[in-house]
Amino acid sequence: MRSLIYLLPVLLFGAVIAAFAIGLGRDPAILPSTLLDKPLPTFDLPAVRDGDVGLKSSDIRGQPRLLNVFASWCVSCRFEHPVLLALKARGVPIDGLDWKDQAAAGARYLIDNGDPYARVGNDQPGRTGIDLGVAGVPETFVVDALGRVRYKQVGPITPDDWTRTIAPLMDRLRAGT
Amino acid sequence: MTAEIGQFALILALALACIQAGAQLWGASRGDGALMAVGRNATLLQAVFVALAFGCLAALYLSNDFSVALVAQHSNSAQPLIYRLGATWGSHEGSMLLWVLILAIYGGAVAVFGGTLRETMRARVLGVQGLLGAAFIGFLIFTSNPFTRLVPVPADGGELNPILQDPGLVFHPPILYLGYVGLSIAFSFAVAALIEGTVDEAWARWVRPWVLASWLCLTVGITAGSLWAYYSLGWGGWWFWDPVENASFMPWLLATALLHSALVLEKRGALISWTILLAILAFSLSLVGTFLVRSGVLTSVHAFALDARRGVYILAIIAVFTGSALALFAWRAPAMRTGALFAPLSVEGGITLNNLFLLCATATVFLGTFYPVFVEVFSTDAITVGPPYYKLTFIPLVLPLLLLAGLGPLMSWRRDDLKTLARRVMWPAVIGVIALVAAALLFGPGKILNVLGMALGVWLIASAKLIMLRRWRVGQVGLGQSLRLARATPLAIWAVALAHGGLGVTTLGISGVTAWQTNKVLSMTAGQQVALGGKTVTLDQVRIVRGPNYEANQARFTVTGGWGGARTLISERRFYPVSQTHTTVAGIGFGALGDVYISVGDADPNGGLVVRLWDHPLVGWIWGGGLIMALGGALSLADRGWRRVVVRRRVPTAAQGVPATA
Repeated sequence: MRSLIYLLPVLLFGAVIAAFAIGLGRDPAILPSTLLDKPLPTFDLPAVRDGDVGLKSSDIRGQPRLLNVFASWCVSCRFEHPVLLALKARGVPIDGLDWKDQAAAGARYLIDNGDPYARVGNDQPGRTGIDLGVAGVPETFVVDALGRVRYKQVGPITPDDWTRTIAPLMDRLRAGT
Repeated sequence: MTAEIGQFALILALALACIQAGAQLWGASRGDGALMAVGRNATLLQAVFVALAFGCLAALYLSNDFSVALVAQHSNSAQPLIYRLGATWGSHEGSMLLWVLILAIYGGAVAVFGGTLRETMRARVLGVQGLLGAAFIGFLIFTSNPFTRLVPVPADGGELNPILQDPGLVFHPPILYLGYVGLSIAFSFAVAALIEGTVDEAWARWVRPWVLASWLCLTVGITAGSLWAYYSLGWGGWWFWDPVENASFMPWLLATALLHSALVLEKRGALISWTILLAILAFSLSLVGTFLVRSGVLTSVHAFALDARRGVYILAIIAVFTGSALALFAWRAPAMRTGALFAPLSVEGGITLNNLFLLCATATVFLGTFYPVFVEVFSTDAITVGPPYYKLTFIPLVLPLLLLAGLGPLMSWRRDDLKTLARRVMWPAVIGVIALVAAALLFGPGKILNVLGMALGVWLIASAKLIMLRRWRVGQVGLGQSLRLARATPLAIWAVALAHGGLGVTTLGISGVTAWQTNKVLSMTAGQQVALGGKTVTLDQVRIVRGPNYEANQARFTVTGGWGGARTLISERRFYPVSQTHTTVAGIGFGALGDVYISVGDADPNGGLVVRLWDHPLVGWIWGGGLIMALGGALSLADRGWRRVVVRRRVPTAAQGVPATA
């Protein structure tokens, strides 16, 4: 019986390694979004800044737009932020969803780092995040003119992701409408 | 030419590592002295050739040889000399080469200085080190060759990630690696002991300085990394629970546990198989840390070389080494239960409890770090784990640990008496309770963790003081006698008081800054003043400056009020044209009671400059405490006790029924 206790570490370790091996086979950046080709869930979020408009799901339509989920406590978002600012400068419409974050902290983050968003909604309870299937921040949804999710990027958008994947998709969506 | 020499040196080192492993392990099992001597020479030669390869890579960087792909990616003609040197280990390939270099040097050190060990034990230790060396040199050569040439040769190179262009890069990775890789020696000793089937005090006496040195390097490395993040990321955070930070923190936690359990093994011959298990796990977590940064299994700000093929290779290394070691443990350790008995209320008992808490704390960090991976295996969901998780799981485990850390050094070995122990710790306990009440009144019940942290920090410092006061018998004998006792105090005693007191200082720093920090974000124009935490900050001047490979918007501030008179702080927003990246250099007024932290953003449309100001009371204590702990480690390492002649006495094979590790 006692020797079974000594066997425990190696058994646990085997399970961990198996999980790693499976995890390694998956790219954490490619996640099937259950929302793919479906309309955005309905939400109506308050603003992060006083006197600002919030963000409603009905705002995100009319033309292909990006919906970027961020938070002031998220380190990767700070790395992604300059890319978003550059996209805004090129006229790409981006809306922001400040996830699990205090509105004031989100507002400070935007003052500090610049504001790439057309509209920003605050989702402090994280409910809308759950509806959207948000796993972590940053995440970015490409939404078409009819308000349907067409693509989901997990993790920061790098300039490479933009030129290779997201820009061509948005061009196609724009041409289609 | 240099690149080819480096390449050949690496290939030779691989062959030598294989010879080292084969000759040592085979020689030890046959008791063949000549074969073991061959293995020792192979060990030394392997270190020489790895050092040659590393020297070649450094030379390539220093001479900016852009025909080498790695150099062309991470260096350019405008990059300052020191960061060209730092770039040697600033990339995936270079950092692995550094890893292998340290491994080889440590192996060489055991080969040279291990004369007091049993010959077969030393041979087996070096044999395991040889296997590790072969695995990692192979990893370099087959998946991450640092010497690959580039055709055609570019006119100028790329750039080292600007965030890494900081003095931090020059010190932080090498020190951290010294710690990670140092644990490989503990691992090799553990595996050698399992093969031999015996553990004696000489074993513990040999392992403990290595663990201590690793722990010391990890402590300094983690402290430096936290400080580096604080001043370079530009938003005043000092710990993020980022997967890669956790990757260095987990080996530190286990090295701390191992340090204490090896002490029990050395002094009392107890906790034998437990110590061996910890030695295996501590190094395995170092390997997991390596895996984490390089495999892309998790996304992290530190991640570099995200390449699944490399991930598979490292995962295979972990599976083979840790897997075999743990299988060996399952097979051999049950026969080795020869622990001495001790009462629950004793130093041994305290350390066992400390080990359990540390192991649980490590487990929570491990779970938090890898939970996203595990969840993905069972479902299609993906999740992230943030600071709230650690606040709920890690912190509650650490609080009793801090209480114990103040108590442990005041307990006696073997058997202690509750009544006399209570009398002994009365004063620190009273001071701690006063701190608890004061903090509770100050913070209110809403900040219970800060209140407890403050009280425990004070308790730790008070009890560390008491260690010294008791030793010097202050109050019991005359002043002259106490001074004489103070002079005669062994370094090891100072070490315990400093390490445990340093932990208290860090605890106070963390509790203080999380409770009291304030910040302001506003748009400022030159001449404008703003009040912050009882001080006044004035923006004096904004101008454009040019660095060697960047342009910066530089803002000068004057801070008045508070302690220490007026101070000038400079914060910069830098732009690196080669890689088109921005970085922020924060202006920080370090002070004993707290920092003023200023980071500037971009200019706003109205002609002002966006400025973020933080007041961080006690934040410096976090790193100060880390350095005090490290100083404690250094003193313990310097203590003469290590150099005493090692007695090769076997631990008495006790027939007592109760295992020490139960």
